[in-house]
Amino acid sequence: MELIRIEDVTFRYSDISDEDTGADAPKPSEETPPVFEHLDLTIEKGSFTAILGHNGCGKSTLAKHMNAILLPSGGKVYAAGIDTSDESRLFEIRRHIGMVFQNPDNQIVASIVEEDVAFALENMGVEQSVMRKRVDEALDAVGMSEFKEHSPSQLSGGQKQRVAIAGVIAMRPDCIVLDEPTAMLDPAGRREVMKTIRRLNRESGVTIVLITHYMDEAAKADRVVVMDGGKVILDDEPKNVFSNVELLKEVGLDVPQSTQLMYAMKKSGFDTADTHIINENECADYLYELLR
Amino acid sequence: MIRTEKLTYTYSQGTPFEKTAVNNVDLHIEEGAFVGIIGHTGSGKSTLIQHLNGLIKPTSGKVFIDGEDIHGKNVKLRDVRFKVGLVFQYPEYQIFEETVAKDIAYGPSNMGLSKEEVDTRVKEAASIVGLPDDLLERSPFELSGGQKRRVAIAGVMAMRPKVLILDEPTAGLDPKGREVILGQISEYHRRSHSTVLLVSHSMEDVALYAEKILVMNKGEVFCYDTPPNVFTKADEIAAIGLSVPQVTKVFGLLRQKGIDIRSDVYTVDFAVKTIREYLEQKGRVS
Amino acid sequence: MLKDITIGQYFPGNSVVHRLDARFKLLITAIFIIMLFASNTFPGLCIALVFFLIAFIASGLSPKLMVKSMKPIIPVIIITSVLNIFFIEGVPLLSIYKFRITDNGLRTSGFMIIRLIALICGSSLLTYTTSPIVLTDAIEQILRPLSKIKFPAHELAMMMTIALRFIPTLLEETDKIMSAQKARGAELDTGSFTQRAKALIPILIPLFVSSFRRAEELALAMECRCYNGGEGRTKLKTLVSGGKDYLALSISLLFLSAVMLIDVGTIGVA
Repeated sequence: MELIRIEDVTFRYSDISDEDTGADAPKPSEETPPVFEHLDLTIEKGSFTAILGHNGCGKSTLAKHMNAILLPSGGKVYAAGIDTSDESRLFEIRRHIGMVFQNPDNQIVASIVEEDVAFALENMGVEQSVMRKRVDEALDAVGMSEFKEHSPSQLSGGQKQRVAIAGVIAMRPDCIVLDEPTAMLDPAGRREVMKTIRRLNRESGVTIVLITHYMDEAAKADRVVVMDGGKVILDDEPKNVFSNVELLKEVGLDVPQSTQLMYAMKKSGFDTADTHIINENECADYLYELLR
Repeated sequence: MIRTEKLTYTYSQGTPFEKTAVNNVDLHIEEGAFVGIIGHTGSGKSTLIQHLNGLIKPTSGKVFIDGEDIHGKNVKLRDVRFKVGLVFQYPEYQIFEETVAKDIAYGPSNMGLSKEEVDTRVKEAASIVGLPDDLLERSPFELSGGQKRRVAIAGVMAMRPKVLILDEPTAGLDPKGREVILGQISEYHRRSHSTVLLVSHSMEDVALYAEKILVMNKGEVFCYDTPPNVFTKADEIAAIGLSVPQVTKVFGLLRQKGIDIRSDVYTVDFAVKTIREYLEQKGRVS
Repeated sequence: MLKDITIGQYFPGNSVVHRLDARFKLLITAIFIIMLFASNTFPGLCIALVFFLIAFIASGLSPKLMVKSMKPIIPVIIITSVLNIFFIEGVPLLSIYKFRITDNGLRTSGFMIIRLIALICGSSLLTYTTSPIVLTDAIEQILRPLSKIKFPAHELAMMMTIALRFIPTLLEETDKIMSAQKARGAELDTGSFTQRAKALIPILIPLFVSSFRRAEELALAMECRCYNGGEGRTKLKTLVSGGKDYLALSISLLFLSAVMLIDVGTIGVA
């Protein structure tokens, strides 16, 4: 079942350029060319999709269409079956499609963790006893229960980002769109957040759309959509996407080092080297067969 | 060039939050070296580098730059800062001037150089980081994130420091942006012969560019050596929670499986070469 | 370092004063301030002070803390008392050159000092024993009836909440920007006044730019979490009042009436 449908969407920044705060969004100039044109994409319910692209390729702008932060200049976006241009149902859309941003500091509102997690529920007017339960569940889901009475300023970047995720899942959304959630984190923080995202997807069936430029993160998704110049240039399982080593390098992206190794081996005459290999285990298995 | 002697720094001394960030560090970094500094958050690497230009005063121990104790009697810290340029993490947040050129000129102007000299240096630094001339008169706030970052880096390079320290200059950039900036830093190092210290979370990046690697752990120097020597300790490095390049992991896995292959592999090209050599040795080359 | 400054200092505890409903604490603090300014006699003032002492002892805080909270206002106290001593007309007790110290002057400045000190102590007791977040909630709830006359009670409280949340973040950021500019040779603590003011520009502009960016991003994040103003909002935690709160309020009202009565009774004497 499809959850988000992007249908023939064209978008150009015009007078609403100030709506955009994405770090990697292109700056609007006088005659703004479209960020993307006639774009189609659907996100299946329960899936884990990574949208990959270099800074300024339009991936963040696309993400902002998924919960009506931005509205298309042409075409339609349906989020959980709702036309995002229907202003009267804006909050309904936001409840279905949660959004987590890059900078963990700038999305935490309250000075106590659990109060921040409750923020969306307070806005929705959820009854207190129900709220308590859902806040505790959300904190538990991201593994931050023991910090519920802490101040966000005492937490590490990864922990803050998990609080931000908890604040979104407390709304019980169908889908979470994460706009480069790990870009400002250290490796440990990135691992924490990725583990949390994957668990939410596997165990709670939350649909995940992960905007990223880290290949190793995209490799963990079920589906990778590669964008360049406002177009979808690849859309497949990770291993099939990453086997396009040359194309990816051309559009300013990288591939996992294991794939790089396979590619380099293939070029130097190891015909059996398989560029569909995307992680160190598969890579070691292949090499073991070759070397033993 | 840089020498520390029993350098120790303790945060919030005498309070319940007391924490030793840098502990008894003896370090000697040679002139002209390109050093990668690795360590996870809280390993003391950020505190260490802020000691090197006197932004933090050690709790005990000494820092020598060019053989001179920077907290010595006749040394002005400001001069030390011109000699040891420090680019902070997310340096684009420190930009404040109306034009790109003026912002790059801030450091050199503070040095009291003539206008002509400042102009030359601004142009030179801008060209190193690949900022075209027509951008120089634009407002830095109109630029893209990656361009702003380069303006900020140029602002420190323009002081022509003998030591350039960069704290995660590629944080938050995409692969292309990372490659471009690291390439420019490497080019700067090659052309200026200055000492460069690059703090990074990415072993891959450090492995590719640095001549020496300093691994920090829990406020202490874990090791300071050339990349091949450091990566022979791949297992120990992984044990202190640092990630090693994926190829290094692959070779670790191979050895676990019983293949007797070298462990100091850290780049793709070297990996291919190693595999070829291994097969040749076994007489099984295709 | 800037980070070391604690703002809205709160010392968690479990005393009766800590556990009182913040709305009542706010009211009681207001009553205490009325006591201070309503009493024009020393006995009246003494009663107010006794009231404070009881509350202070009940809070279990250390007297050192109170003394510390006085530090920043010492100059204010000195200036007001000096002005009062010298410039209030009355029976001269002592005269030095053109200045005369009068009985009225001494009396008024004595009053002034006691009132100021008690005022600071009283409000410190409130902030020391109440977390700023709870205090914000209390202010919002007390002001809520005013929203009928379009007073932005919710907005005010939301602003306070966000300010509290971002103070540590912005302090840390200021620290970072200062270090970054110092690394580029900025001189922040030497030079003439104008030089120093000028040296602040490289700190303030980046700070403003980043604050605006943060504000924009925060607004977006809040909207994504269905923020739509104060209407129809519920709260995770609501303030609950019980017997002890009413008791405390009654006691403070009792003290207030005592102050008033004594004042009326002794007014002729003074």
